Amino acid sequence: MSISEMTSLQRVLTTLGHQEPDRVPLILLLTMHGAKELGLSIQAYFSKPEYVVEGQLRLREKYRHDCLYGFFYAAVETEAWGGEVVYFDDGPPNAGAPIFSRAAQIDTVEPPDVTRAPPTRRVLTALSALKARVGDDVPIIGVVMSPFSLPVMQLGFSGYLDLMHDDPKRFERLMAINQAFTVQWANAQLAAGATAICYFDPVSSSSIIPPERYRQTGLKVAKRTIGAINGPTATHFASGLSRPILEDVATSGTVMVGVSTDESLAEIKAITAGKMSILGNLNALEMCRWSIEETEQKVKQAIHEAAPGGGFMLSDNHGEIPWQVPEETLMAVSEANRRWGRYPIRINDT
Amino acid sequence: MKGATTEISHALHNALINMDRLQAQAILDGFNNTHGPARLVEQVIAPAMEMIGHGWEQGELALSQIYMSSRICSELAESIVWTPEKKPYPQPKMAIVVLEDYHMLGKQMMYSAMRASGYDLLDYRRMDVDTLVQRVAEDRIELLLISTLMLRAALRIKSLREALQAQDLKVALLVGGAPFRFDKELYRTIGADAVAHTISEAIRTVRSLS
Repeated sequence: MSISEMTSLQRVLTTLGHQEPDRVPLILLLTMHGAKELGLSIQAYFSKPEYVVEGQLRLREKYRHDCLYGFFYAAVETEAWGGEVVYFDDGPPNAGAPIFSRAAQIDTVEPPDVTRAPPTRRVLTALSALKARVGDDVPIIGVVMSPFSLPVMQLGFSGYLDLMHDDPKRFERLMAINQAFTVQWANAQLAAGATAICYFDPVSSSSIIPPERYRQTGLKVAKRTIGAINGPTATHFASGLSRPILEDVATSGTVMVGVSTDESLAEIKAITAGKMSILGNLNALEMCRWSIEETEQKVKQAIHEAAPGGGFMLSDNHGEIPWQVPEETLMAVSEANRRWGRYPIRINDT
Repeated sequence: MKGATTEISHALHNALINMDRLQAQAILDGFNNTHGPARLVEQVIAPAMEMIGHGWEQGELALSQIYMSSRICSELAESIVWTPEKKPYPQPKMAIVVLEDYHMLGKQMMYSAMRASGYDLLDYRRMDVDTLVQRVAEDRIELLLISTLMLRAALRIKSLREALQAQDLKVALLVGGAPFRFDKELYRTIGADAVAHTISEAIRTVRSLS
């Protein structure tokens, strides 16, 4: 097979093998933009799996990126636990009030069955339908919130930090039930058709907890959880810093790491080369107002820093492109990646 | 004396980031008993918070350390008695709010730090734009501190500014939160008067806007 004929899956797998494919894989993590394609409100769009399937396929046809994204919104998980979801016209659905109003609820709660809870069932249905449509040509990304980060939606941020610091016994109980949930949820997505799982773990990032605390908590949870997931995982810190803990992250069993826009791709690549691939790190918030020229420059810079030798996929830094990023900018990202991301990379320092 | 207070604020900084509440309490009590709350805030707490903020900006300290520091400070601040003449002056009529989302952490930290610094402010908790404008008018707020986590909530500040102007309410808006950290120009585009990325920066900005 000629290198110019790679499918998206081949391109991604070659990259994960730390080899150079035909061009840099473009992992556009688009969610809400599917609603724009279908002319639906965000709430209506996520109400039926067939809408999300159609939205994802149309987006990929338009931007020619190398994945389909099975992620609806983060609160889908707490919704499955009985939590409220708040919808907006111009942003991702948010988790409502924390599902545990008292920490004591942790003592008796049991995780939901993801194959029976309607919100998670919708996602599984969408993944199955996407798999039926694209087969093995395009990687389909499933998403879980790590057991260590899910409590932000279960208890609120401060409630969770208080628990972690003041009540280690209950913290361990919460990690155990969340781990059971996350493993079940990840494996159900893989069984439904996801190719890999993105393990979102923002609380583990060095922006949120100190590296030594991560080694005592988030890393141990990640090792246990990722070890029980029946497929490859990518760990994403959702804009948070990861450089101080990368050596540890590499021991968790994950194959790729999402990089913050505040970190140097070249530095991260030097640490992870041969151990983990990297994903990133276009500034998803600034992207809302980038000019076409600026967009090309940012893409070019990221490719220059991280693409040579493989092991790099171009993406945003947060794991979700904001609703406000215009179509022209996304098109410019795609065009620039095709122009500058072809291997061998030929971008000079200037 | 300056060298001595620098040493004390360093000691407080270390106690806070190591979550050593007893040591922090001893430092604050010792200084407060001798010098009073105003000098305590100005010469010990503010420099310690400044160091912590700098550590956060440099990526050397994590949010959980900032939060726990702020929690300890808040608990200790309750024991500090501010006589009216010792409080910072001038004090604009102030309130703090989370705009339309459920992420209260930033607001809690800021509220605690302001109280520990001798400022009086109303805690509006979580509000939508319409309710907020109504409360701002009723309470005659002059300076509003707004904490956001989601981009969408940050963008709603533009609607808030327009609604305030429509009612001819002259309110300074000081904003903070993740969207403003990742896009340094965002606060201008939504019509805020100032942005702060750390607690100490926010307190300095409150002083400059007062």
